[in-house]
Amino acid sequence: MEQDPLIDRFKKGDAVAFEQLHTNYSTAICGVVHSILRNRERAEELTQDVFVKIWNYRDQYDAGKGRFFTWILNIARNAAIDELRSKSHKEQQLNLHSSFFVDMAEEAEAQDFGVDINRVKELIRDLGKKCHQIIDLLYFKGLTQKETSEFLDVPLGTVKTRNRNCISRLRKNLPN
Amino acid sequence: MDVQAYIDSGILELFVAGVLSEAESREVQRLAAKHPEIQAEIQAIENAYVALGESMAPKGSALAFGPVGKEIGVETPGVRTLQASRKPWITWAGWAAALLLGAGLIWMASERQRLREDVQVLQLDNQLLEEQVEAAREALAGTDSLMRELRARDISVVPLQGQQAAPEAYARVYWNRESGQLLIDALGLPEPPPGMVYQVWSLKLDPLTPTSLGLLEDFSAEENRIFALNNPNESEAFGITLEPAGGSESPTLEQLYTLGAV
Repeated sequence: MEQDPLIDRFKKGDAVAFEQLHTNYSTAICGVVHSILRNRERAEELTQDVFVKIWNYRDQYDAGKGRFFTWILNIARNAAIDELRSKSHKEQQLNLHSSFFVDMAEEAEAQDFGVDINRVKELIRDLGKKCHQIIDLLYFKGLTQKETSEFLDVPLGTVKTRNRNCISRLRKNLPN
Repeated sequence: MDVQAYIDSGILELFVAGVLSEAESREVQRLAAKHPEIQAEIQAIENAYVALGESMAPKGSALAFGPVGKEIGVETPGVRTLQASRKPWITWAGWAAALLLGAGLIWMASERQRLREDVQVLQLDNQLLEEQVEAAREALAGTDSLMRELRARDISVVPLQGQQAAPEAYARVYWNRESGQLLIDALGLPEPPPGMVYQVWSLKLDPLTPTSLGLLEDFSAEENRIFALNNPNESEAFGITLEPAGGSESPTLEQLYTLGAV
């Protein structure tokens, strides 16, 4: 079980702890939301909404069920996908075939994606297209192992091991 | 457990990405609490995912806590939290109310159980009463049809007097010559001893010729002691004798209980 005192304090309503958690995770959450919405303003607004929401629902976080980061990641992904499907953006659906992350990973610097592309490229150095795809589906889109295996048309077990290999390579590219 | 094989399976990456079922995630957290290697691996995977997420954030994005703090009513984080502003008596009152409510709910649940049992008992009683009513109704219907038969126009009533074997005994025969139906009212006969049975005879007097009409079977079971037999004979008298179980070919005259002429 996660023994993070910050999270215990957050659950008890400690706003200082919450601000620290915001500092630790808000950029990552904003990045995930950004990868789904492809829109800077909406990504930043939604990230703010997500953090308000997790504060209001802090009682519902159950460390037995998973990591704090995973909890807010799921809330953020769901909120972003809901926003895609909302009335004002009816034409936009979560398109499994199109991916901000994969596009960016595959394309040269020709396009301005609104992100620090050098940083992305550095992180995913030597990962290859299969890794880009599987990380996109599992992490940025939150598909289950089964859905991912069906979409990529590979066995269930392959999804797990391939994703593990990709993340392991990504870990080697992390700056110390 | 082979911790390394578990880590190599790739389940931890799915766990951090939040795509496992709740049960699977709980299992991972349970194992992580037992094995520090798993816990460390999870932390490393989370760091990688966080870094990857950060890389996808809008360029130059600075997400200030300010707007979030304002939304949740914390202007200056840490100085005044919601926890601190809560008055203790409100907390106590809340707990007291919750306890009262809980006790009330438990009481209501037990009351409900008790009432349900009461209803079941009543339903059973009701069923028994219905059965009794039904039985009484059937008995009444039987008596009714008996009355109708006894009151029919063409019936001959033949009283049978007690004889030497049983001077106190008596019986009555209701005979419908048309239909041949014969009813024996045997209320005045004593219970037959075990292994013995009453046998009814139709008699022609000159010369004396007895014809068996049948046995009064299950004598004690027939509560009103009325027995229906059939008599196609031109009877001149009726007699009832006590015979061994199964009846006899001809009457045992020493055991002639009752006799009467038509």
